[in-house]
Amino acid sequence: MTTMATPTQSTPSTAAPAYNPKSESGTAKRIKSIIFHIVALALVGVVLYPALWMVASSFKPNSEIGGSTTQLWSNNFSFDNFVTAMDGIGGVSTLTFFTNSLILAVGAVVGTVLSASISAYAFARINFPGRGLFFGMMIATLLLPFHVVIIPQYIVFQQLGLVDTYVPLLIGKFLAADAFFVFLMVQFMRGLPAELDEAARIDGAGHVRIFGSIMLPLMKPALISTSIFSFIWSWNDFLGPLLYLNTPEKYPLPLALRLFVDQTQSSDYGAMIAMSVLALLPVLVFFLVFQRYIVEGVSTQGLKG
Amino acid sequence: MTQTPTLSRRSQSSAPSQPRTSRRRGADARAGYTFLLPWLLGFIALTVGPMISSLYLSFTNYNLFDPPKWIGLDNYATLFQDERFLQSVGVTLSYVVFGTPLKLAAALAIAMLLNSKRKGQGFYRSAFYAPSLIGASVSIAIVWKAMFGDSGPVDEGLSFFGINLGGWVGNPSMTMPMMILLTVWQFGAPMVIFLAGLKQIPADLYEAASMDGAGPVRKFFNITWPMLSPVIFFNLLMETIHAFQIFASAYIISNGEGGPAGSTLFYTLYLYLRGFSDFRMGYASAMAWLLVIVVGIITLIFFKTSKSWVHYSGDSK
Repeated sequence: MTTMATPTQSTPSTAAPAYNPKSESGTAKRIKSIIFHIVALALVGVVLYPALWMVASSFKPNSEIGGSTTQLWSNNFSFDNFVTAMDGIGGVSTLTFFTNSLILAVGAVVGTVLSASISAYAFARINFPGRGLFFGMMIATLLLPFHVVIIPQYIVFQQLGLVDTYVPLLIGKFLAADAFFVFLMVQFMRGLPAELDEAARIDGAGHVRIFGSIMLPLMKPALISTSIFSFIWSWNDFLGPLLYLNTPEKYPLPLALRLFVDQTQSSDYGAMIAMSVLALLPVLVFFLVFQRYIVEGVSTQGLKG
Repeated sequence: MTQTPTLSRRSQSSAPSQPRTSRRRGADARAGYTFLLPWLLGFIALTVGPMISSLYLSFTNYNLFDPPKWIGLDNYATLFQDERFLQSVGVTLSYVVFGTPLKLAAALAIAMLLNSKRKGQGFYRSAFYAPSLIGASVSIAIVWKAMFGDSGPVDEGLSFFGINLGGWVGNPSMTMPMMILLTVWQFGAPMVIFLAGLKQIPADLYEAASMDGAGPVRKFFNITWPMLSPVIFFNLLMETIHAFQIFASAYIISNGEGGPAGSTLFYTLYLYLRGFSDFRMGYASAMAWLLVIVVGIITLIFFKTSKSWVHYSGDSK
């Protein structure tokens, strides 16, 4: 593996550039390329197998999933599992869970984009006393295990009578509580030339104008990354809804899925897997549509999964 | 950190006219705090406030219904006699200690494989990244549990090679390898960050090494590793902190109980059970504070020791 990663290894000791095509014979290069693709594709197969297995199993009759077959695709292809999964659980249809997840995820995106961009503008572009200190504190929250705040937060929301509403799940998004996104936007804004707002200020523009008409339009890539990730994180979030929601009618998909597993256990494996597929569907679609943004977003901004 | 250039530039450019500057400085301060308001509110109400009350609660008995009762250090003392707590510490530590390095090794190996100019690199990057996006979801935990179940596809596949491990999900000695495989499987996120780092290493370093007759192993240890060390450090720190906080997959795979035989009783799962099933909020708060202290110490150790192995070269940022 290491030999392939260093493209220079068989370069003759002339001062030729690293991967000059003429320095290697055509066939040797082709063989190396073929080996690379075989290795890489085999690894992709291993890595994507669980996802493939999930999708394939969702179309299988129950008897074949846990049974003694390792065959990926079944001959008895059917949509029965999805029909059962769409029925939902506890008298609530799966469509309701989808709607709930969507409300939470869209709320998270709107809240995060608004609050994080406004706060980031203050950190990146306004000079005020205490900025460095606050910035350091913001960075420190990146490293803070959030379990230290969930108990008091729960107690407060409980005393305010807000348990079993979406308020506890959304309020943090509107208050820039995901320091990751604030940091990402600060870094992005610092990359924009300072002359832009200097010029605007000389022309008499205030911070609101500068932020709204100069910064925001230029920040599009950072706003897109933030939207994608806050949508997906909110869609996958389990602990928050688990703590705060008690009525199944309000459950988002991950919680509904747990309820489904608790009540079905192994009796209806197929429907369980089908519902898992349904719950992941928007994430998978998002990934296929935005994969460039997602993967590049991670590499430039150091986001986690 | 990097705000100093902007600072000095601004004060220089506005230096000449003195009265305008001070007026502007006041306006800037007002605007600064106004724009910072959402974050500041959230920071006080959702982070600092809760942290202080969590610290207070950790010295009390509190069940959410009766007022908190001050008991001093009792919660902390009890923790170290609580076998399930000690077990959760062991479970979490072995997950962090084995899972994180394996995940980073996989991430680095694949990143090096993909760091060459070939067709299809975009596809491979995306394919390897995909599990990172879905890995912590309930859906994948369910799939994992099914795949590693008795006579599931993993068991089936292994028995084809004559390997019989006696199941994974129901076997206390195999649940940790299974959880570690789940985290290693999500190597895509650090891999993409490694790839970005590898692309920053100047190719002429490798050329010069080749001319000196260095093989791939020497090139790795003398060029790749030191040049990549800031990125390795970043990934190591983030993945370690991240690993301490695993919750959803542990909850689903163990039916919310940490079984079998407590082998998946992760720290955060036990904290959740203590706080929100037994309503021992003070006890759970003490656990939360211990976690903060441990993560803080680990971060500190990482930063202290990093001086000896993390190299920030002058020219690359």
